[in-house]
Amino acid sequence: MVILLLVWEAIGASGLVDPLFISSPTGVARAAWQLSQRRDFWTDLQVSATEFMLGYGAALAVAIPLGLALGLSKRLQYLIGPFVDTLNAVPRVTLLPLIIIWCGIGIWSKVVVVFLGAVIPILINAQSGVKASEARFIRVARSFSASRFKIFSSIILPGVVPFIFTGAKYGAGRALLGVVVGELYASTAGLGHLIADAGNTFQTDVVFVGALLFMAAGLIVVALLDVFEQRFERWRPSPR
Amino acid sequence: MPAAVRAYLAHERVILGTLMVLLLLIAWEGLERGWWADALRPLLGDSAQRLRLKPIFISSPTLIAAAAFRMFFVTGEIWRDLAWSSAGYLLGLVLAVAIGIPLGLAGGWYRRLSYAVQPFLAALNATPQVAFLPLIIIWVGTGLSERVLIIFLLAVLPLAINAHAAVRTTDPRLIKVAGSFGASEWQLFRTIILPSSVPFLLAGLRLAIGRGMIGVVVGEIYGSAAGLGAMINQAGARFQTDRVFVGVLTIVAAGVILVEVVQRIERRVEIWRTPA
Amino acid sequence: MIAKLEAQDVRLDYLQPRSNSQLRALAGIDLKVMDGEFVSIVGPSGCGKTTFLSVVDGLIPASAGRILVDGRVVTKPGPDRAVVFQDASLLPWRTVLGNVRYGLECLKVGAREAKERATHFINLVGLSGFEDHYPYELSGGMQQRVNLARALVVDPKILLMDEPFASLDAQTREVMQEELLQIWLKAKKTVLFVTHQIDEAIYLSDRVIVFSGRPGRVKQSIPVTIERPRRLAVKREAHFHGIEDAIWSLIEEDVRAERNQVTLT
Repeated sequence: MVILLLVWEAIGASGLVDPLFISSPTGVARAAWQLSQRRDFWTDLQVSATEFMLGYGAALAVAIPLGLALGLSKRLQYLIGPFVDTLNAVPRVTLLPLIIIWCGIGIWSKVVVVFLGAVIPILINAQSGVKASEARFIRVARSFSASRFKIFSSIILPGVVPFIFTGAKYGAGRALLGVVVGELYASTAGLGHLIADAGNTFQTDVVFVGALLFMAAGLIVVALLDVFEQRFERWRPSPR
Repeated sequence: MPAAVRAYLAHERVILGTLMVLLLLIAWEGLERGWWADALRPLLGDSAQRLRLKPIFISSPTLIAAAAFRMFFVTGEIWRDLAWSSAGYLLGLVLAVAIGIPLGLAGGWYRRLSYAVQPFLAALNATPQVAFLPLIIIWVGTGLSERVLIIFLLAVLPLAINAHAAVRTTDPRLIKVAGSFGASEWQLFRTIILPSSVPFLLAGLRLAIGRGMIGVVVGEIYGSAAGLGAMINQAGARFQTDRVFVGVLTIVAAGVILVEVVQRIERRVEIWRTPA
Repeated sequence: MIAKLEAQDVRLDYLQPRSNSQLRALAGIDLKVMDGEFVSIVGPSGCGKTTFLSVVDGLIPASAGRILVDGRVVTKPGPDRAVVFQDASLLPWRTVLGNVRYGLECLKVGAREAKERATHFINLVGLSGFEDHYPYELSGGMQQRVNLARALVVDPKILLMDEPFASLDAQTREVMQEELLQIWLKAKKTVLFVTHQIDEAIYLSDRVIVFSGRPGRVKQSIPVTIERPRRLAVKREAHFHGIEDAIWSLIEEDVRAERNQVTLT
């Protein structure tokens, strides 16, 4: 890792390659500092964060209950399943042109594409989590004459939690992808907009800053979910 | 149980699924043609007109079917886009397989290499790789190589990560067995690691196929001369909603076919696996 | 005297989905267990003894015949019967206390009383101090104790035990058998115990019921007249071996017959 950074810096400083092309770590750091002084940078960040949180939050709010319901009811699955499968087969970003026709180029088109990106993996995971509930635990509950609600809350739900987290982590990646693509595609603000602008004006270092910010966002979201998950998973033997 | 009920229960899945899809299609068609607006007018008065939507807004199943027929069989224009996009897609995918799988396998096999490569894989995996698109454009401009590169970048990670995981999760008992027979490192790799990796690799390939599809659309955002993505984008900009749908559905169909092919192969390869 | 538990001509047929044919699992089981009696069922694998236990508990409805508890027909699980499951089947996301309390929660017993009763039975099975441990932190033997406590805590009249010691190593199993007898003497329960280990059945029981191979039916009922309390050493006495031989010869032909069939499970 360190070696790579050094080599990168060396190439950038040696002038062998036009800095326009690859910039350099110090160049990127300088650009980051300059950006952080700019008001509109923080606006961009705020716009992207809003899009992400609204879309991802809505995806969680819809996908978890719906996924559970789909796992519990075979009929419901028969009814809704074809739509979920179809949406799952579409790379959701291909729907962007349509979404922009429907919602315009403001933040709502991004919120929708973020939502669509994240909702499917979370939903499918929650559903398969219910399907994977262990029959032997359900037998224990039934043997104690547990009510249907008790079976759901004490057997099925705890078993689904890890599945939901897996889906949520995967969904977070899809959601970030939605933010980037949505903003690259058509937008008036946001980090993706910033990257696209910088690309058009050959500010390589700024593009790098933007890409790194997205990387950081991805890592942070997954790390947060990991921490949150551990609070639920005290009963699991820690891996080694 | 009466025979009719039994027949229904036996095919409930198909019946209910088809019913819902048909309902949706009819509802959709009705929105565009104003069926619902007309039907609800006595009830809702003029506000029922809101249920009459313009074709540029949602199009309709029949309009889309008509557009698809025209584009495929009358003007045949879509074939050129399809060929153009497929070229970039296949090149990107092949490149991703050629680099991602060996890299992942090697990373799983040589611990040192794994230490070196792992951080990059993890970081890159957490990033929406599309964020690098403007960089790629600065490097190679727009065109075939740009599209190949973005498709490669999207598809390579699931392949490399799965290949890495495949080697890492090889059953240690099998490795012990091979070791006790005095297998050389190469023999061990060829007879134990590789066969047990195949399911992982195919699963990675399935993911990569889907990821690559994103590249087709995204890679053609910036004024590509032709291609499905470009076609969708232009149609979107001109509010030709039916053409957008045709493009999206074509991509979906291509994706479904490719994934189906991989699944066929998976089933063929995995006959030795105990059914789950 | 009315039997604590009675099975009257219990039959069970499965519909095999793949071949769409009926498979007979139980062919008319008649059985009586008296109050406080410890009865074991042994038989070749696949004879339906575990299935029979599920029918008695009410988890699987019988195709024909009846199950009576205290002379009343039962068709679904109830607090008068509790199962000690084969693989301990402890809920991995609950602590020992949480697992033992589970049945009481299902019966809507108040939290404080539930905790008291659970703690009492955790002590009884010798696990005090482990209340807040998770199942993965326990050995197989300890998990089975929790399993036993979980069944005892709802104060059932009848304990249904489904090969509870099958997955334990031989030494642990012996110790658990002895402890089970001590707990049984204290708790005064009627027990129906399924096992494939003949010596285990004899050592524990007042009566051993031998099932035939599939479809399961009662082949013979053999009383065990060894005096209680029994020490583990009784297993090495000639009298004990005599009963063991008698039972084995009853099962042997069914096992050999079974061996020649390809069974898919």
